[in-house]
Amino acid sequence: MEQQKKVFGLAALFDSPDSIIKAAKTVTDKGYKNFDVHTPYPVHGMDKAMKLPPSKLGYVTLTFGLTGAAIALLFMYWTMSVDYPMIIGGKPFFAFPAFIPVTFEVTVLLATLSTVIGMITFFFYYPDNSHPIHDTNYMKSVSIDKFGVCIEATDSKYNEEEISKLFADLGAKSTEIIYFAEKVDRKIFEPKFITLLIVTASIVSGVAYIHLNKILYLPPFDWMMEQSRVNVQSMSSFFNDNFGMRTPVKGTVARGFLPYEFAGVNEPSSPLANPFFPSKENLVLGEKKYNTFCSPCHGNFGDGDSRLNGQFPLPPSLHTTKAREWQDGNLYHIIVNGQNVMPSYASQLNIEERWAIVNYIRVLQRAKNASDADIQEIKKESVKNVSR
Amino acid sequence: MNIDYSQELPVVEGRLSLREIDDLIARPMDEKPNKKYFLALSFTLSLMSIGAVSVALTLYYGIGMWGNNQPVGWAFDIVNFVFWVGIGHAGTLISAILFLLRQKWRTGIARFAEAMTIFAVMCAAIFPVLHTGRMWVAVVYLLPYPNQHGLWVNFTSPLIWDVFAVSTYFTVSLVFWYVGLIPDFATLRDRTASKIKKVIYSVFSLGWRHSHRNWQHYEKSYMLLAGFATPLVLSVHTIVSFDFAVSILPGWHTTIFPPYFVAGAIFSGFAMVVTVLIFVRKVFDLENIITINHLEKMNKVILATGMMVGYAYGMEFFIAWYSGNPVEQFAFINRAFGPYAWAYWIMVSCNVIFPQFFWVKKIRRSVPLMLIIAIFVNIGMWFERFVITVTSLHRDFLPSSWGYYTPTLVDFGVLIGSFGLFFTLVLLFTKTLPVVSISEVKAVADGAQPSHHGGDH
Ligand code: HEC
Repeated sequence: MEQQKKVFGLAALFDSPDSIIKAAKTVTDKGYKNFDVHTPYPVHGMDKAMKLPPSKLGYVTLTFGLTGAAIALLFMYWTMSVDYPMIIGGKPFFAFPAFIPVTFEVTVLLATLSTVIGMITFFFYYPDNSHPIHDTNYMKSVSIDKFGVCIEATDSKYNEEEISKLFADLGAKSTEIIYFAEKVDRKIFEPKFITLLIVTASIVSGVAYIHLNKILYLPPFDWMMEQSRVNVQSMSSFFNDNFGMRTPVKGTVARGFLPYEFAGVNEPSSPLANPFFPSKENLVLGEKKYNTFCSPCHGNFGDGDSRLNGQFPLPPSLHTTKAREWQDGNLYHIIVNGQNVMPSYASQLNIEERWAIVNYIRVLQRAKNASDADIQEIKKESVKNVSR
Repeated sequence: MNIDYSQELPVVEGRLSLREIDDLIARPMDEKPNKKYFLALSFTLSLMSIGAVSVALTLYYGIGMWGNNQPVGWAFDIVNFVFWVGIGHAGTLISAILFLLRQKWRTGIARFAEAMTIFAVMCAAIFPVLHTGRMWVAVVYLLPYPNQHGLWVNFTSPLIWDVFAVSTYFTVSLVFWYVGLIPDFATLRDRTASKIKKVIYSVFSLGWRHSHRNWQHYEKSYMLLAGFATPLVLSVHTIVSFDFAVSILPGWHTTIFPPYFVAGAIFSGFAMVVTVLIFVRKVFDLENIITINHLEKMNKVILATGMMVGYAYGMEFFIAWYSGNPVEQFAFINRAFGPYAWAYWIMVSCNVIFPQFFWVKKIRRSVPLMLIIAIFVNIGMWFERFVITVTSLHRDFLPSSWGYYTPTLVDFGVLIGSFGLFFTLVLLFTKTLPVVSISEVKAVADGAQPSHHGGDH
């Protein structure tokens, strides 16, 4: 039986770290290539004793670390500046400082994962639980407190007797021949295995299906989609009047809609006082609103020369003594209230705009009836403007 | 005075042989769990079920079950998140930074601390995920994936940085932890008598052979991983602090936050590691491997980081005054003397005052006293996050929108549940995996490395 087994190598056990270092050195110096040292923990100085070249693992880390940094930066550049550019917090599309954290994390992630996966697969060729050295007494000893060296049969200088002698000279506690395990044929497609595959597949797909199609839409988790509320235009049996819409309480005053106390009165004798100073802005506003709302009937300068070509009764001029002697409040009153055929402009103009129009009418009136002093003043102004 | 500093203290006490180290560390896995273990497990599981009920309520009725509302829109969710992520920082610090600094004493506690990191980050993840409301769709909008309008996640937002930082941190910690476990799995595989265990250990050991040709790359990879984990661990709490610091809220918008948060994280993490290790070394007779020297060194770290945190508290006040910004000044005066003054002073006394006892060597080396102080630190650090979050929000710019936040029972339930989850995982871990790295401890035992002449250094 024994003779039929294929030999993997010859191994020897040593007791102390010093002796294993010596053994490793001697084996290396004797020119053996295919050998390995097994120790329960890394023994210092062994790299030198075995003349191992420095580990190249660092290159894997470097490559994948840099790749990670590049991928992260490019990806963020593409999403935030190309695919869906959007200004957030006033930052530029490519906000490099804000991209540093994610870049760093992805670098570290890729570097560590590649180091470990690369080491296990390409440097160790793991997982490898069928290596002949497993389950030998040799392995069980080096796993705990012994230090071993094993010269493999594939080495060109392999010679059992010579090596045994070498080990004995080095002071080995014991030597052991390690054999390859007999090959056991394991079929891949065993019924048990196939059943396992099918069961796993159906469980995974089933769970995924139920999660994506059922659990996500299970009550109460659809609360955000269906909210119980009343649409203003719809009927509601909750209120007595069956309207979904509620009207404001009686006497509610809406913002900017203070009731006008002289509504419906004809020419109030003590009307409202003008709260607006005829500032430049106010007059500009008044001009604009006058031209829009009043000029079609009253004419651009209040002369009563309507543009309506007789389709509407001509209004009187706004430069009559009556109109000029009216208080500001009376003009205002006519805008809010209307007068005879002239309709109310309360709904088109807010309070400020109405008073601005009143101020502008005053300007028109003064311009049409300018005194000598006014003309002097205008002349002075125009000289100033020319000399400027 | 009469201590000889030229002589390094032995990392492993009692001159254990390598085989004894194996036996000691593997014993919890070989023995059947006893009654006490089940008692402890049932306790943590009941805490967890309280959490499960609270989470179920939150999911069914929505996050309105929690106390946070206007103006305190962020409360227990972010407080607990930052608290747990902070706890997680000790593990990577011990395994990566102390590794790079060649601190041999880390070997005894590194594995455990790393496991705690992973569990703590798992606990932390509960809160933001729950806070997204419908967490089963959260996956879709936390990941960089365009929504139905073609809009991507906002890569300039600290919240998405957080997603990247915490998930990277979790993955890297897990990988780091697993890489450390591979040789131990191989050792366990070779010493176990049970067939089932052997299959499991073989699968996880990937067929590790303790070969030096592998050890060489393995040590290199450990170096590289530690080199990456170090900036990573600093980045994670920095980014967590950005959640606050990048906003414009007085009390949050400060540049001291990143270093202050990192120091606080290490502080709280070490306190948690000390708390748990005290029990573990007692229960599993690991006093020779996790020695009183280890605990003392950790207490020194707690003292140092505690003072950094205290410095940050003081500096925040100074900057508020120095800035001349009345809103900022108000935020801090309100923090110390406003309606949440009780929380502020709990925080200051637990984090700044109590750790000062560690100046005394006797206290540093006394197990019961350090347990009390470590628990105080844990409480204090939880309150730190509470104070930062709630006091800044509850009175911001507009007095008409001020308010007072009170957590609900469900809030507490989820918090208790997270503690239940954490300690359940810790308990399961102690019984299923080696709580101390076997190969690393062997490597630093007395006489484990060749003498300098023989080793040809
Ligand atoms: C649709 C044409 C029309 C428009 C537009 C109109 N008015 Fe009149 N307005 C009239 C008519 C017609 C009268 C004469 C009413 C009457 O018989 O008393 C009148 C009368 C007046 C009077 C009284 C004149 C007086 O001597 O009795 C004033 C003041 C006045 N309008 C101001 C305005 C102002 C200000 C506006 C712009 C907001 C305006 N009107 C827009 C047609 C119009």
